[in-house]
Amino acid sequence: MFEKTGIPSKEMVMEKFPSQDRINKGPVAIVECYREIPCNPCETACRFNAIRVGEDINNIPQINFDKCTGCAICLSKCPGLAIMIADGSKSEDTVEIKIPYEFLPLPGEGQVVKGLDREGKHITDVKVLKVTNPKSFDRTPVITIEVDRKFLYEIRNIRVEV
Amino acid sequence: MKQAEIVVIGGGPAGLCAAMSAAKSGAGVLIIDRNKSLGGQLVKQTHMFFGSEKQYASTRGIDIPEILLKELAKYKDKVEIKTNSTAVGFYEDGVITVLEKEDKYYKVEPKAVVVATGAYEKFLSFPNNDLPGIYGAGAVQTLMNVHGVKPGNRVLMVGAGNIGLIVSYQLMQAGVKVAAILDAAPKIGGYLVHASKIRRMGVPILTSHTVKEAIGKDFLEKAVVCKVDEKFNPIPGTEITFDVDVMCISVGLTPLNELLAMRGCRMKYVPQLSGLVPVRDENYETTVENIFVAGDASGVEEASAAMVEGYLAGLCAAAKIGYKPDDFYERRKDYMNQLNNLRSGPAARHILAGLDQIRR
Ligand SMILES: Cc1cc2nc3c(=O)[nH]c(=O)nc-3n(C[C@H](O)[C@H](O)[C@H](O)COP(=O)(O)OP(=O)(O)OC[C@H]3O[C@@H](n4cnc5c(N)ncnc54)[C@H](O)[C@@H]3O)c2cc1C
Ligand code: SF4
Ligand code: SF4
Repeated sequence: MFEKTGIPSKEMVMEKFPSQDRINKGPVAIVECYREIPCNPCETACRFNAIRVGEDINNIPQINFDKCTGCAICLSKCPGLAIMIADGSKSEDTVEIKIPYEFLPLPGEGQVVKGLDREGKHITDVKVLKVTNPKSFDRTPVITIEVDRKFLYEIRNIRVEV
Repeated sequence: MKQAEIVVIGGGPAGLCAAMSAAKSGAGVLIIDRNKSLGGQLVKQTHMFFGSEKQYASTRGIDIPEILLKELAKYKDKVEIKTNSTAVGFYEDGVITVLEKEDKYYKVEPKAVVVATGAYEKFLSFPNNDLPGIYGAGAVQTLMNVHGVKPGNRVLMVGAGNIGLIVSYQLMQAGVKVAAILDAAPKIGGYLVHASKIRRMGVPILTSHTVKEAIGKDFLEKAVVCKVDEKFNPIPGTEITFDVDVMCISVGLTPLNELLAMRGCRMKYVPQLSGLVPVRDENYETTVENIFVAGDASGVEEASAAMVEGYLAGLCAAAKIGYKPDDFYERRKDYMNQLNNLRSGPAARHILAGLDQIRR
């Protein structure tokens, strides 16, 4: 189905996620790159050697969750916008999620926006905690949102209504 | 008659890299391009590129020409650039006829040539496909990303290859609504990371669908699409109508290389390389001595491969006319390795199959 719709199945998504324990320890990257393509900026970007593509740049990136610090550098460098960061260390009820968002208008900090799943369906409202857009991110802003824990595996995008 | 050591026709990624590589070896190079500025397709690619660092992965396409031109400026006493200049003739005598602007013709006699003219878009036939509002994806991208003009308000994208997916994303960035993306193939042709990022914006991707007809009086008002079976025959009763004012056709590219055919290079039809392409050896030299090819003109692929092919062809063209640097074999091997690496995955299997049929 993924090949027909672009929507990964729940099982595919789960396979890319670290354990709840790891997420509760602090920020960590989830790399949703499912198919072999000639690409490796995620590996090049990571200063902690947490992502490996290897000699053959067609390999699917492998992430070592223990080495990943959740710094989000790879997130703005990935041309597929395939990476997000989850952090469950801040609260028992919510998780903080960082996603790349290349649309205008950017949301404001504190604004409540629509939280969307991998089909683009509205599943919950989320609060924007932070908007990071330094020059080094090269026009791929990173948005931090606060999300109800029960949507951890579904949330993947936001919509800012004007 | 103008004399030149090497003429590079086309100043896209392949041509710029060919010129740089030849100049680095010490050859004098003349680049001619029919556009106002250099960069070819790159000037409208606002998204980040794939590939590896050597091919500027993760850099936005629009920023790559500047990087290449800066590099090229290191050899400025060796390189002459002519924009607004179209190569219109290239015959057995080896002389290239150039049309500068719209009124000035002149002739150039080079010792070697690298043809890097890129590709052009395929179109689709269906009733009323000539209504205003029906564009090729390249035109939409040029309007939007070069001239800052929105093509319309609601778009139906036809073709789910990388270009269709990327242009859909860029349309949404420009504030245009994308109603759906269709493709007659049963699977999405482009990279799935691109497909996923559009899907999660809520845009449906309809595989096994094609355009049945366009409807409108003076311009496009509606598009009727339908499902197709495994043999691509329309299935009656599956029609869906979209209210759209733009249809964007993105069903692939064809190599643009008539100049090589004109010059007498042996051409071969290779579907995996998207059309008629010149037979060449591993240095990208065609069947006519000292005539090289690089980039999409040699088979439709990617800017990453186009750049490396350019470096390789430029290096070998310079060597053929007497500029063979000490590190020739090292450089050649490095470029060949980069090409093999880019093409080693499943996404490039068709390219390898195509190349097998074309080697001299
Ligand atoms: C929407 C889209 C997205 C893409 N995304 C990517 C990507 O993410 N990564 C990637 O690697 N690639 C990507 N590509 C592909 C990439 O742009 C092309 O493969 C690449 O530009 C080919 O380079 P080229 O130099 O062979 O040809 P071109 O870039 O097409 O350049 C050819 C040049 O030749 C000139 N020319 C043609 N005929 C003549 C003539 N007779 N006389 C003088 N000048 C002439 C043209 O004006 C042009 O400047 C994308 C393409 C598109 C359309
Ligand atoms: S978030 Fe930082 S540490 Fe983790 S993989 Fe990405 S770049 Fe490496
Ligand atoms: S940079 Fe992104 S698209 Fe490229 S390999 Fe890494 S995760 Fe995949």
